[in-house]
Amino acid sequence: MKKLSRQALINDSRRQFLVGSAAVAGGGLAVGLPFGWGDTQAQSAAGASPLEVNAWVVIKPDDNCVIRIARSEMGQGTRTGLAQLVAEELECDWKKVPTEYPTPGESHARKRVWGEFSTGGSRGIRISHDYVRRGGAAARIILIQAAASQWKVPADQLTVSNGVITHAASKRSTTYGKVAAAAAKLTPPDPASITLRDPKLWKVAGKPLKRLDTAGKVNGSQMYSIDLKLPGMLHAAVKDCPVFGGTLKSFDAAKIAGRPGVQRVFAIKNRTVVVVADTWWHAKSALDALPIEWDGGSNATRSSATIDAHLKEGLTAAEAYAGRDEGNTLKAIEGAAKKIEAVYSTPFLAHVCMEPMNCTARVSADRAEVRVPTQNGEASHAAMSEESGLPLDKCEVYKQDLDGGFGRRGGNQDFTRMAIAIAKEFPGTPIKMIWSREEDIAHDFYRPVSQCRLAAGLDESDKLVGLHLRVSGQSINAFQNPALIKDGKDDRQLQGYWAKPGDAQLGYSVPNLLIEYAMRNSHVPVGTWRGVNTNQNGVYMECFMDEIARAAGKDPLEFRRALMQSHPKHLAVLNAAAERAGWGKPLPVGVHRGIAQFMGYGSYSATVAEVSVSPQGAVKVHRMVFALDYGHAVNPDQIAAQVEGSAAYGLSATFHEEIIIKDGRVETANFHNYPVMRLAEMPKVETVIVPSFDFWGGVGEPTICVVGPAVLNAIYAATGKPVRSLPVRNVKLV
Amino acid sequence: MWVIREQIGLTGTKFGCGVALCGACSVHLNGEVVRSCSIPIANIKATDRIVTIEGLSPASSHPVQKARADLDVPQCGYCQSGQIMAAAALLRKKPTPTDQDIDEAMTNICRCGTYQSIRAAVHRAAQATAAPAAPRKPAA
Ligand code: FES
Ligand code: FES
Repeated sequence: MKKLSRQALINDSRRQFLVGSAAVAGGGLAVGLPFGWGDTQAQSAAGASPLEVNAWVVIKPDDNCVIRIARSEMGQGTRTGLAQLVAEELECDWKKVPTEYPTPGESHARKRVWGEFSTGGSRGIRISHDYVRRGGAAARIILIQAAASQWKVPADQLTVSNGVITHAASKRSTTYGKVAAAAAKLTPPDPASITLRDPKLWKVAGKPLKRLDTAGKVNGSQMYSIDLKLPGMLHAAVKDCPVFGGTLKSFDAAKIAGRPGVQRVFAIKNRTVVVVADTWWHAKSALDALPIEWDGGSNATRSSATIDAHLKEGLTAAEAYAGRDEGNTLKAIEGAAKKIEAVYSTPFLAHVCMEPMNCTARVSADRAEVRVPTQNGEASHAAMSEESGLPLDKCEVYKQDLDGGFGRRGGNQDFTRMAIAIAKEFPGTPIKMIWSREEDIAHDFYRPVSQCRLAAGLDESDKLVGLHLRVSGQSINAFQNPALIKDGKDDRQLQGYWAKPGDAQLGYSVPNLLIEYAMRNSHVPVGTWRGVNTNQNGVYMECFMDEIARAAGKDPLEFRRALMQSHPKHLAVLNAAAERAGWGKPLPVGVHRGIAQFMGYGSYSATVAEVSVSPQGAVKVHRMVFALDYGHAVNPDQIAAQVEGSAAYGLSATFHEEIIIKDGRVETANFHNYPVMRLAEMPKVETVIVPSFDFWGGVGEPTICVVGPAVLNAIYAATGKPVRSLPVRNVKLV
Repeated sequence: MWVIREQIGLTGTKFGCGVALCGACSVHLNGEVVRSCSIPIANIKATDRIVTIEGLSPASSHPVQKARADLDVPQCGYCQSGQIMAAAALLRKKPTPTDQDIDEAMTNICRCGTYQSIRAAVHRAAQATAAPAAPRKPAA
C-alpha cells in the first residue's frame, strides 16, 4: 500500500473523496474526533449522581428518564426489551428514554447493585425481568411520594402517566423531572413489597415497539470497540501459535526492521507474537512479513480424522454416563418387532462474529482500563484484574455495543487478557488490539464436535417401546469449568434430553429410555455457540424421530403427537407450527415438508420447513414456520427478528459450516473455506408466538435447535435418504 | 479500507475479513459498489470519487437508509453500512429490483441473519423512490 499522510488524504478528499464531503472538508463528523473512554453512552454511572432515583433510573430535569442496562446489547434487542420492562413500571414517557450501561467497576464498588452483567444463555431478560421491573416500580413510587410531600396530599390520591404526576382534586400536575431531586433523597420502598403490573395489562412491555438503537446503525455513526480512537493510541496485530497448546520457537525481527510505523515486535506468554505500530494496517502488514517458527508439540499430529476416531470409539465403549435410564431399554429394543439404528455426527463450528475479536487497553502502575465488546462485563473485569495484577477497584471496563457475540464473548476473556498483556508493555499508552479474520477463526472456542448413536424398537403395532441414544463428544464443561462436572456426570452435554421440566426438557415419553454421554475430549478449545448443546442434540433426536416414524409407517407429526401427550407445552407449539404451515395440505411439485420440536433455555420451539432438492442435489429452503412459547413476550417484533436470525445462523451451520483440524491446528482460514449463509439462501420465515404467561423463557437461542432437524427431515422426505452428518454440503444427496 | 478507517477516520466502513469476501467494507467508487479492503490506495486515481456510508446522504435520508430504519432492520448493525452501500448501488442500477436481482447483488454477510428484513427494506426503498407519496406499507 502506498503510504499517504493523513493531511494529504484530507486535502485530496476535498477534491476527490466524497467521504461524507461535509464531514471531511469541514472536519466535523470524523476527522480528529476521538471516540474515547466512556464518552459514547453516558457511562456516568460512576458515582451515584444527584438525579439517580435508584440504581436503574436517573431522571434529568428535562424529564428524560435514563434507564440503566447491565446486560450487553449485541443486536439481540435486550436494551430495548429491558428498557420496556423498566418503563412499564416507571410509567415514564417512552419517547424520552435514553439508556446507559453502568460499568462493572461501579457495580463492584456498589456491591453488585445491578446484579449479573452476563449476557449469554438467552438470560438477558428472563433472569432479570423481576428485579428490573421492581427497580422501575420503586422509582415510580418515590417520585409520586416526592410530589405528594410537596403538595402535602396523600400519595394514593395521585396518578401518573407518561411521567406526569397529577392530583385531580386540586388540578395540580408536575413532572418526573421536577420532583426527581426530591425523590432521590427519599428512602426507597422494599422491592419485595411492590406489586408488579399483571403482564396481561402491559402497555409498553409486550408491545412491538421499535428498537431504541437503530439510528446510528443506518448511517455508520454507531461506534463499536473496533472504532475506538484515543490520543496517542498505538495498534497491535497478533499471531498466536496456530497449534493449540503449542509454543513459539523464534521470530526474525530483523526482517521487518524499518517498516513504516512499527514500534515494537515482541512475544507474550511464549506463544503469541505481537507487532505494535502507529496504525493497525502497519502492524498487520509487518506481522504478515515476519518469519515465525512455532513448536506445535505433541498436538501437532492431531487432526479431524484422529478426533473423529476417538469419538467413534466412545459410541460403543463400555463406560458412559447415563443421564436418563428408565425401564430396561436395551432389553426392550432387543425384543422389539422392528429395530432402527443410526449414527449421526456434527462438526466443530466457529462463531465468526462480524466484528473480529478486539480490545483496547491502557495499563499504568495503578490503573487499568479496557474498552471491549463483551457479553459479560464482569468477566472482563475479573480477567483484566488477574492479568494486570491490579485489584478490581483499580480496573474499569467500558462496554461497547458489540456485534453479535453468539457465545464467543462471554466467559472466555482471552481477548481482554491478551490486550492487557500487550498494554502492560506500554505503560500509560492505550493499545488497540485487533485480530485478523484468520486469527479470529483459528483461535475460537468452538462448538464442540460430537457423534451420536441411536437405536429404537417398535412393537407389532409400531409403537415405540424403547429408545437408546448415546452422545460421544467433547465436553464444554471439561474444558471451561471442570468443577461443574460432579462424579463424572456431565449433564450439560445432554441439554434438551433432560427429564426435569423448566429448562431443556425432552418432550417425549418413552417407556424404556436410555440416554448416555461418553466424554471424548480433544486438544481443541471448545465453548458456547448459540444454542450450545441443544443445536446438536436437537438434530440427533428430531432427525431420528423421523427415521423411526418412517419405519413405523406413520406421519412424522402424528408419530410425535402420540409420544407428547404428557408434555402439553411442547405439543402446543408443535401443533401451532403445523397448523400455520398447513401440514398435510398439498405443496407445489417437488417441495417437501419437515418438522421438528425441541426445548432449550426455558422456551418451547417447533418449526416446519418447506424444502426442495433438485435432481442435481441442490437444496432450496423455501419457507420456515416457527411456533414458540417463551412464556412472556416482551417485544414481539424483536422476537421475530431473533427467530429469523437464529434461522439464518442455524441454516448456515446445517449447510455450510465446518472447522477442520489438520496438523493440530485449524485449517479453515477465512470465509472462502468457512462459507456462511448469505441472503440468496434465506427462506421466508414466519413466526407464531404462543405466550402462555406462566413462565419466562429465553429468546435468542431456543429456536436454533429446531432449524437443522426440520430442514434435514424435509430433505429426507424429498430424497428418502436420511442426512446423518453435517454440514450438508459434504453429503451427496442424490 | 484501512486508509478510510485509520487515516481519514471514517469508521462507518467496517473490517470483516480483509479479503473481499464479506462486504462489510463496501463503498462506492465512481458510483459502483466495491469492497474497499481489497483496493490498494495506489490504485486510486486523482479523478476517482469515493463515497462511504457517511457520505451517502445528509441526515440518513437516502431511501435505503430510511427503509432500514422504518423496518428496524439492523440487529448488531455491524454489517449494515456495507449492506446499505450495496443496496444503494443496486437501486441506482435497477430501481425496481426483483427478488432474484436482490439475491445476486446483496452478497454481503450478516451473521445476525437480518437477510429477510434486508430484502424487505430493498423493496420498500424501491417503492419509495418510485412513488415517494405512496402510503406507507406496513412492516413486512
Ligand atoms: S472486509 Fe472487505 S469484504 Fe470483508
Ligand atoms: S446486523 Fe449484525 S452482522 Fe448484520
